[in-house]
Amino acid sequence: MPTIKSLDDLKRLREEAQKVKELRDQTGKTQIVVGMGTVGIAAGARETLKAILTYIEDHHLPDIILRQTGNIGLGGQDPVVQVTLPGADMVTYGKVSPSMAAKIMEEHVVKGNVVREFQIEA
Amino acid sequence: MKTVRSMVLVSHDEKSKASSSQEVIDAFNQAIKDFGLVDEVAVATIPEIGTIRTLPLVVIYPEASIYAPVRPEDVPFLVEEHLYKGREVPALKVKDPDTMRKAAWLTQRKGSLPAESRIVLRNVGKIDPESIDEFFAYEGGQAFATALQMTPELVVQVIKESGLRGRGGAGFPAGIKWDAVRKAPGKKKYVICNADESEPGTFKDRVIMEGDPFSILEAMLIAAYAVGADEGYIYIRGEYQLALERVQKAIQQAREYGVLGKNIFGSGFDFDIHIHAGAGAYICGEETALLESIEGGRGEPRVKPPYPTTHGLWGKPTLINNVETFANIPPIILNGSDWFRSYGTPSSPGTKVYTILGNVNNKGLIEVPMGITLREVINIYGKGLKQGQFKFAQTGGSSGSIIPASLQDTPMDFDSYSKMGVSLGSGALLICDDSNCIVDAVRVLTRFFQVECCGKCVPCRVGTDQTWKILTEISEGRGKMEDIAHLEWLCSGMEGLSNCGLGQTAGTPIRNMLDHFRAELDAHIKLGVCPTGICPMK
Repeated sequence: MPTIKSLDDLKRLREEAQKVKELRDQTGKTQIVVGMGTVGIAAGARETLKAILTYIEDHHLPDIILRQTGNIGLGGQDPVVQVTLPGADMVTYGKVSPSMAAKIMEEHVVKGNVVREFQIEA
Repeated sequence: MKTVRSMVLVSHDEKSKASSSQEVIDAFNQAIKDFGLVDEVAVATIPEIGTIRTLPLVVIYPEASIYAPVRPEDVPFLVEEHLYKGREVPALKVKDPDTMRKAAWLTQRKGSLPAESRIVLRNVGKIDPESIDEFFAYEGGQAFATALQMTPELVVQVIKESGLRGRGGAGFPAGIKWDAVRKAPGKKKYVICNADESEPGTFKDRVIMEGDPFSILEAMLIAAYAVGADEGYIYIRGEYQLALERVQKAIQQAREYGVLGKNIFGSGFDFDIHIHAGAGAYICGEETALLESIEGGRGEPRVKPPYPTTHGLWGKPTLINNVETFANIPPIILNGSDWFRSYGTPSSPGTKVYTILGNVNNKGLIEVPMGITLREVINIYGKGLKQGQFKFAQTGGSSGSIIPASLQDTPMDFDSYSKMGVSLGSGALLICDDSNCIVDAVRVLTRFFQVECCGKCVPCRVGTDQTWKILTEISEGRGKMEDIAHLEWLCSGMEGLSNCGLGQTAGTPIRNMLDHFRAELDAHIKLGVCPTGICPMK
């Protein structure tokens, strides 16, 4: 564990962290983000996250980064799942149940077709 | 940080949809992408526009130019001329005076945007709240590093100049509080983060703590450096289990990285933070009751003055700020006070996080500049009412006010609202349509105060109980005309004589009802009728 002893240490740590972030954005891996605030969890985000994990394990999908984050700010739409395919724009899905999550994984993440019916309108 | 310079609003109600508004929205998104303006221009929809004939209608801010009707094929030209080159397109502008009049509320905001701008929620929904590394990748720690290179006096000066006002509800200028604690005599000082967010309907602090707990720690570090404190507390509401866990993890990681502890960043400055969980009392959100609670006493407010700035926790000078106030600090230190003042209104700079609840289509959380109007919040962010007409909104949980429909075009900032005799409260917006009864709503609020009153001082203990009983009588059809004078007398007693903020504000909803909804109250008493049919008139 790196301990920050001076401002230079902080600068170095920040650069390293940014490098990790850039790598993550550029490695051509699919990023899936699930909103896991209290609202999201109450609406069933844990089950949705589990469904996505199960799908990834069952189908042995490589190169997927699954992350959690706080409340995305769409309280009425939770659980919210955001999918970013490499080189594509982020797509936000709302009210994602475990079965919907499986469909999103199959259609969007594997085949690359955005599931319009689950998408949140801007 | 993404700063939107222009905003496009497209009407998107049923009639607009019939006139291909969806194609117009798609065309705007495409054209904005083509011209590379994605980071500068926001597109939003207005789901309720009223009885306007020329649809779809498009408004472009900050010029507040109204174009109608707009066809999808007009859009690329409009984007090129107005958004890319910055020239209005007179040929497409609306000329019908009737439409101009009906869309007047849209043009009021000339020169500023009703767009979301995230300062407080900058990292929420982006970073993993359980990994400090991600926080460092998003400029984390930089504000504290900047502050360390400044003198404490200068840090306080920057906060003062920024005009930041406390976001807990009362709107006290943060800089003045910081200065008072810094100048207070004594070696031992404390910094406390008030995260006992118990106002019904408010959950902005929870979202900040769950989404970005590190920013709170960073802000507390800056505050401690500025006022000369070496110990801090976060008082988290007991019900916020997830927030508690995440803040605990954040503190753990910060200690491992040496962000908290002794000799932070080799500067000779020590600071550590303890967590104190509340046990479910509303009154402990009041700052002196909170201090009592941390000290292990009963959660009862102290007599003020002396204020906590000089005699706080264990009699030592103590700085207490709300979570949202703290979350504003790092961006102000990083970007300066002038940058912060570019948001919001001159008297209330910055942004405000609102939680939108009630009879609207889209409930949730927004962060918008101070000075946006309630009508904009309902129509743009709430996506319109589910049914009926807008009747009233309840701001900031129970100590907020009831905002009648007549005030929905008043800018939402501390000064404009206090001029109209209402208050902004803590940032919950409970939007109620005309199927709600005002007497019932006020009765429920009063019941809340009656239950949560700590009972220390008489005006609050008796006043909240009596007002609740009178309102129950009225709602059950046993009201008398003398009750109104009695309610007024009780309210002025509670406001003037109560020990703390709970009693002082407990009468606000009743006063708002008497000011703005007198006819409905009279109908309950004189006619024995509840116009909406909600009250159980016997």
